[in-house]
Amino acid sequence: MTEHRDYQGAKMGMWIFLFTEILLFGGLFVLYSVTLGRYPTEFHEASKLLDVTMGTTNTVVLITSSLFAALSVVGLQRGSRKAAKVFILLTLVLACCFLVIKYFEWSHKIHAGIYPGGEALTQWEPGKQAFFGLYYIMTGLHGLHVIIGMGVFLWVWTRIAVGTCTPEHFVALENAGLYWHLVDLIWIYLFPLYYLIT
Amino acid sequence: MNENEQTKHHAPGYGLFIGVWAALMVLTSVTVEVSTIHLGFLNVVVAMTIASVKASLVVFFFMHLKYENRTLKTMVLVAFVILAIFIGFTFFDTANR
Repeated sequence: MTEHRDYQGAKMGMWIFLFTEILLFGGLFVLYSVTLGRYPTEFHEASKLLDVTMGTTNTVVLITSSLFAALSVVGLQRGSRKAAKVFILLTLVLACCFLVIKYFEWSHKIHAGIYPGGEALTQWEPGKQAFFGLYYIMTGLHGLHVIIGMGVFLWVWTRIAVGTCTPEHFVALENAGLYWHLVDLIWIYLFPLYYLIT
Repeated sequence: MNENEQTKHHAPGYGLFIGVWAALMVLTSVTVEVSTIHLGFLNVVVAMTIASVKASLVVFFFMHLKYENRTLKTMVLVAFVILAIFIGFTFFDTANR
């Protein structure tokens, strides 16, 4: 029996899935923009409460993790499973850094009572409540994607280790990379919208 | 024909990706710096323009779109046009209430 493989089809399937992700986040970006148009001053004030240093650090961390994800594909294409596995591990390490920083940001805010229904936030104007509501939903959904992406990379790492993802057939790694870059892409928009609109 | 034979003629190397990464880092610092200057509504426009340049770098290089066939390029274009219609028409509505 000959194995059936469709390299172009596999990639196209992944892209079609990514389109649904773009529209999922697109809906939230529309909601954000309309709410920003309605409460520009409150968004401006609320955005000042986010830590720009932490946001910038996380941007650098996530873009660098995306670089390692792209390099892992190059490594495997050039025949080095070892390079591919090392780059995947570096991607995963930076993904953990991203989540740890996110955890500190969120827990700091939650301790201060700034969360939907929190004692501080409920006293504030509706515009600020909307800002933080959207902040938790959008960065939360993004964080969930980071966790899923880490799971996908762990799965591909195992496939490379057992030899089912190889320098000849690397589309699983390439598709995992596509997912990871999309997560990076969404963060590229989230970062200025939440941290820099001050 | 395996995947390696299909991509080896045009697969980008380590150097190109590191260059793209460096450009993304520069653009990140530019967007942070520009946000400290008060331009009013223009701040949002500048931030979104820089974000879109960064997004294009990610899509064309990290996601290999530059090296894909015309079918896939068209599909991605259509997806983003649909997103633009979605956002644009929402604003036609909310801006005229």
